[in-house]
Amino acid sequence: MQQIINFLIKYKNTIFFLLLLSLSLFLTIQSHSYHKSKFVSSANFITGGLYDWANDVGSYLDLGEYNERLIRENERLRSLLYEKRAYDSVSIQIDSISYDSPYTVYSAEVISNNYSKMDNYLLLNGGENDSIKGDLGVITSQGIVGIVEETSNNYTRVLSILNSNSAINVRLKKSNHYGTLVWNGEDPNVVQLTYVPKIADVQKGDTVITGGKSFIFPEGIPVGIVRNYHLNKDDNYYDIDVQLFNDMTNIGYVYIIENNNKEELLKLDQKDE
Amino acid sequence: MNKTLLSNSFRFVFLVLLQVFILCNVNFLGYINPYLYILFVILLPVNLSQIKVLFLSFLLGLTVDFFQDSGGVHAAACLVIAYLRPLALRFSFGIAYDHQTLKFQTTAFGERFVYILFMVFIHHLILFSLEIFNLDHILLILKKTLYSGIFTILLILFTMILFRKKAP
Repeated sequence: MQQIINFLIKYKNTIFFLLLLSLSLFLTIQSHSYHKSKFVSSANFITGGLYDWANDVGSYLDLGEYNERLIRENERLRSLLYEKRAYDSVSIQIDSISYDSPYTVYSAEVISNNYSKMDNYLLLNGGENDSIKGDLGVITSQGIVGIVEETSNNYTRVLSILNSNSAINVRLKKSNHYGTLVWNGEDPNVVQLTYVPKIADVQKGDTVITGGKSFIFPEGIPVGIVRNYHLNKDDNYYDIDVQLFNDMTNIGYVYIIENNNKEELLKLDQKDE
Repeated sequence: MNKTLLSNSFRFVFLVLLQVFILCNVNFLGYINPYLYILFVILLPVNLSQIKVLFLSFLLGLTVDFFQDSGGVHAAACLVIAYLRPLALRFSFGIAYDHQTLKFQTTAFGERFVYILFMVFIHHLILFSLEIFNLDHILLILKKTLYSGIFTILLILFTMILFRKKAP
């Protein structure tokens, strides 16, 4: 017994070190696996509040650019509206109020964004109090950003598409060939499209949009254009580099999309299996 | 003693805020960031008990992890350099460390540089290995360690010159 106590006293530093090291390694491994409730997250009262405050100070610098983006988006939406009106005048008028959209859109501001690591996250200043919940899609007016991973009362942590755990179902706009969007950790504005079969006709400059198979993103949200591609001889799938429409290093404001029919769709999906 | 406590607490808070709000957003050439906050571990008093050094370093790393959403990578990296600190001190400063008479301000530049070099590169190597967590990217890990390490060392030397205490 004496010897054990002596041993513990002698090596107390090393034992303490190993204890803390295993704790930090546990947290590290947890952070590398998808969809575990995480203890270390910036979506809490203190870090979220500090980021919010710092963002308040800095956001004035970007107001000009955000305004310009909003104007461009309004321009696009307005032209869509007029197109629709011209079309509606020759067909039967449908009362737009009674028409029930399956999607609800919320907006939020990005208060922290990183893109230089292998696993990147964004922090938004809106949370459960703004009816944002887990597994909703996050987009901007230009393209997709990521998926909500965790929410607190006032903050939301988003798994960026620039994260090794991110895999999003997308397809080529022209040909209905589906693939999975992943990231290799190099350029924050270039992501990789995998599992596009050999039979697809891929060209440089092709547009990539969301596939709508996952119930998270609606179909047809723009993602980017094909910058480079080659056929992998080992598995007969294309390896495609996609240049994002979004500038992931400068996001600003985002939209969060909720699919109101998701539970129903998931229930049907499970019955199938 | 109280003065040491106060200055170290202030250094902790100041370095963490500087790190997460400014230095982590530098992204020089896309991915090079300095990690100046480990200056706290480097400058902890030499005669502080090892248990306290380990605990404070762990706390420092974990705080940065909370801001950076990085799990426990900073905590692990800081913990390892805290554990290896006595070794680095003995290797760099030799007999002065053994006799507990070491004061950073009075040491030769060369000795101090070796100590900083050792601490920074060990920290960065562990940090990036755990952050990337994939042996396929070993070249990326080494590249990031080298470039960010140089950046950090320059910034640490610059900070130490800037905040040099005047000789009494």
